[in-house]
Amino acid sequence: MTEPLLSLRDLRVTFPGPRGPTEVVRGVSFDLGRERLGIVGESGSGKSLTGRSLLRLLKPPARVTAQRLTFDGIDLQSLSEKQMRAIRGARISMVMQDPKFSLNPVMTVGTQIAEALRVHDRLPRGEVQARVLNMLDQVRIDDPERVTRLYPHEVSGGMGQRVMIAMMLIPQPDILIADEPTSALDVSVQAQVLDLIEAMILKNGMGLVLISHDLELVARYCDRVIVMHRGRVVEELRASALHAATHPYTQGLLAAVPRMDETRKILPVLDRDAEYKI
Amino acid sequence: MSALDIDGLRVRYGATEVVSDVSFRVEQGESYALVGESGSGKSTILRAIVGMARDRSGTITVDGTPRQGKVDRAFARHCQMVFQDPYASLHPRRTVDATLSEPLQIHGIGERTERVVDMMRDVGLDPRFRFRFPHQLSGGQRQRVAIARALMLEPRLLLLDEPTSALDVSVQAEILNLLVRLRAERGLTFLLVTHSLPVVSFMCDRLGVLRRGAMVEEAGVGVLRSGAFTQSYARELYAASLGGGDRRSQSA
Repeated sequence: MTEPLLSLRDLRVTFPGPRGPTEVVRGVSFDLGRERLGIVGESGSGKSLTGRSLLRLLKPPARVTAQRLTFDGIDLQSLSEKQMRAIRGARISMVMQDPKFSLNPVMTVGTQIAEALRVHDRLPRGEVQARVLNMLDQVRIDDPERVTRLYPHEVSGGMGQRVMIAMMLIPQPDILIADEPTSALDVSVQAQVLDLIEAMILKNGMGLVLISHDLELVARYCDRVIVMHRGRVVEELRASALHAATHPYTQGLLAAVPRMDETRKILPVLDRDAEYKI
Repeated sequence: MSALDIDGLRVRYGATEVVSDVSFRVEQGESYALVGESGSGKSTILRAIVGMARDRSGTITVDGTPRQGKVDRAFARHCQMVFQDPYASLHPRRTVDATLSEPLQIHGIGERTERVVDMMRDVGLDPRFRFRFPHQLSGGQRQRVAIARALMLEPRLLLLDEPTSALDVSVQAEILNLLVRLRAERGLTFLLVTHSLPVVSFMCDRLGVLRRGAMVEEAGVGVLRSGAFTQSYARELYAASLGGGDRRSQSA
């Protein structure tokens, strides 16, 4: 079998606490090819920390260890901060949850997207501008010329998230990590943004890690799903087989969501303190 | 007599009209939902009812009494509101006890300790959390405190502004169950604002679909469950939400 694009073994993240260190990610392993992988879990399950660890974004006091963290044959753990910067953004990039907080409020949209490109490539100004406009067009923004001159507060949430995606995709990365990319958006806009991510991933033959608390959503946009609970992977399944989930935690999560044609009088709830066997 | 009767409501924020000519009624004991996207004016309608939107016209009648814009003690005892984000709606430097006692103090109601402890039990909070601060509680526990605070004065009408959208799915299930139980036990009337149609399907009898400040369609929950809306916008919203919560669309 060929070497996976990204390979992670036994990832552990620890934070110091008043009663000694607390391990919040406890031995997560997975491989990612040019495919779409979903990571699902509730608050505190460690899904976002896992995503951030892949880019080595966690700073002390967090302690991150892994037996293996390789990307395209490169051992990410051994890289210097400078070498890591050459990978971050250019080859692995990340879309954050809320465009309101992750775009620079005092920079126009056009300058920000151009910056993402300039940091990693030396290009003539004309070409930068052309690629920015082309990218905005690809993320289906009408009148890109006008949008490049806008500030983040002048664009809607959905458009802001498209700008983020444009910014993350313009250096043509191999892997896109999307951490709750649509939870700050309206349902009607959510589908558009996810369809867009999906189309861009397929077009560029990239790998996607989609992190979300929404099982249904992840199942719809991914090939494989990893379910996390309290820092561990409790179950890994094909997205199409989501409803055949065998793990009690996954089953509990699925059952707790109200349905459109809901007639249950009471929703089943999870036992919050259960320590599930893996 | 309706629990809530809104007729020709208009609300402006500065020069922008955010609610234009909305009318609807909520009957006694009913659970009614207002749904729509961000900016559709659904939360503004709740704010207008409690008097937080100043520039309004039209009539709001609560249980037969027309609502004035002023602070109104009798109204506070009749109608209370639960906000979206329990991280923002509880005072960070007040204990659960202080938060829950305050409405009693304002209204000069005695036996505060008993009432606070009873209410905490009723919303599923262990009374030993009584002297904790909000930061010492989880999101679900905080929302239980916010619900308890709204119920301290034993209101008849509860306004719920996205009560579960800041919570995890399993916590959402607990809070929704709690609201359904409290409504049944206390005979409450609910006016719920949400963007999640499956939540409406679980806990409401009727719903009104809003778009850009106007009521597009009103329907019973049966229509929602089958998706048989008459207006195209309501059908679009339904189709977009199917992605959000319905699992059968997956296997189909």
